[in-house]
Amino acid sequence: MSIAIYILVMAGVTYIIRMIPFVFVRKKIKSRFIKSFLKYIPYAVLSAMTIPAIFYSTGNITASAVGTVIAVILAFFNLPLIVVAVCASISAYIALIFISL
Amino acid sequence: MKSDFLRGMSHGIPVGLGYLSVSFGFGISAVRSGLSVLEASVISAVNLTSAGQVAGIEVIAQHGTIIAMILSQLTINIRYSLMALSLSQKLDRKFTIPHRLLASYGITDEIFAICSAQSELIVPAYMYGIILISAVGWILGTFLGAYAGQLMPETISSAMGILLYGMFLAIIIPPSRKHKNILCVVIASAVLSIIFRYCITAISSVYAVIICAVVSASIGAVLFPVPDEESA
Repeated sequence: MSIAIYILVMAGVTYIIRMIPFVFVRKKIKSRFIKSFLKYIPYAVLSAMTIPAIFYSTGNITASAVGTVIAVILAFFNLPLIVVAVCASISAYIALIFISL
Repeated sequence: MKSDFLRGMSHGIPVGLGYLSVSFGFGISAVRSGLSVLEASVISAVNLTSAGQVAGIEVIAQHGTIIAMILSQLTINIRYSLMALSLSQKLDRKFTIPHRLLASYGITDEIFAICSAQSELIVPAYMYGIILISAVGWILGTFLGAYAGQLMPETISSAMGILLYGMFLAIIIPPSRKHKNILCVVIASAVLSIIFRYCITAISSVYAVIICAVVSASIGAVLFPVPDEESA
């Protein structure tokens, strides 16, 4: 299938998700279940996307695990997103160099 | 009018800088999964979303179906509906339908957060200012990452593969530490995801993420419904 079609569908769905409530919905959501579900879904999505995929993200499980541990520790102490991401990457890089020695 | 736009742009600078570095990682991943520099940049320009784009390039790399693409984007980006809904309650009268149609392109986690934090009603020029700076950072970062990813030594671009996942951890860990209900949802989703990865291998990773997320968010909503005043 052509990549252009994928991109079109992707962009279309993402736009509609944002546009419909922004343009049409004026009332507040009443359902407590839906409100709760919508609150939890981002965390659930990111968790499932990250684990266990993060362990395969650098092509080497040991290096990825090193990066993951660093990221978890820094995130635990509330460091900014960029700091966590970059330090995970740098530590994985150092681990990759040691592994290839 | 003009000052609102400039005020928006200045509020958008930290977002734009953050996006620049994160989308650099996306650009690298996109090229590694077989997309061209142009394709990666276009994806960022038309989507303006991190997790959704990562899932999207996964569907493309796996030659997934259009249904898989629609479902993955719906699940991962559905939170924007809630943000759009919440923002729609605090728009100035100047926000006519055409402005709403245009500005809804730019509802991201960070832009939502900035707009929500404003004490006054949101005018279109202000929101366009934030969106412009943020989108420039996002698209430029993707382009640079995709371009540099091809030139960089293999070890560096491999190590950068962890960038976005590191950012995802930085998003989910602090609230999990503070709120037991979020921690439960995060753990449930991770455990399900591990089960899918190693035990139920017949289901592609794209569908696995959707199932894990919907199941664990539903469990969370049943076990720990949010109090009424805490909505949106």
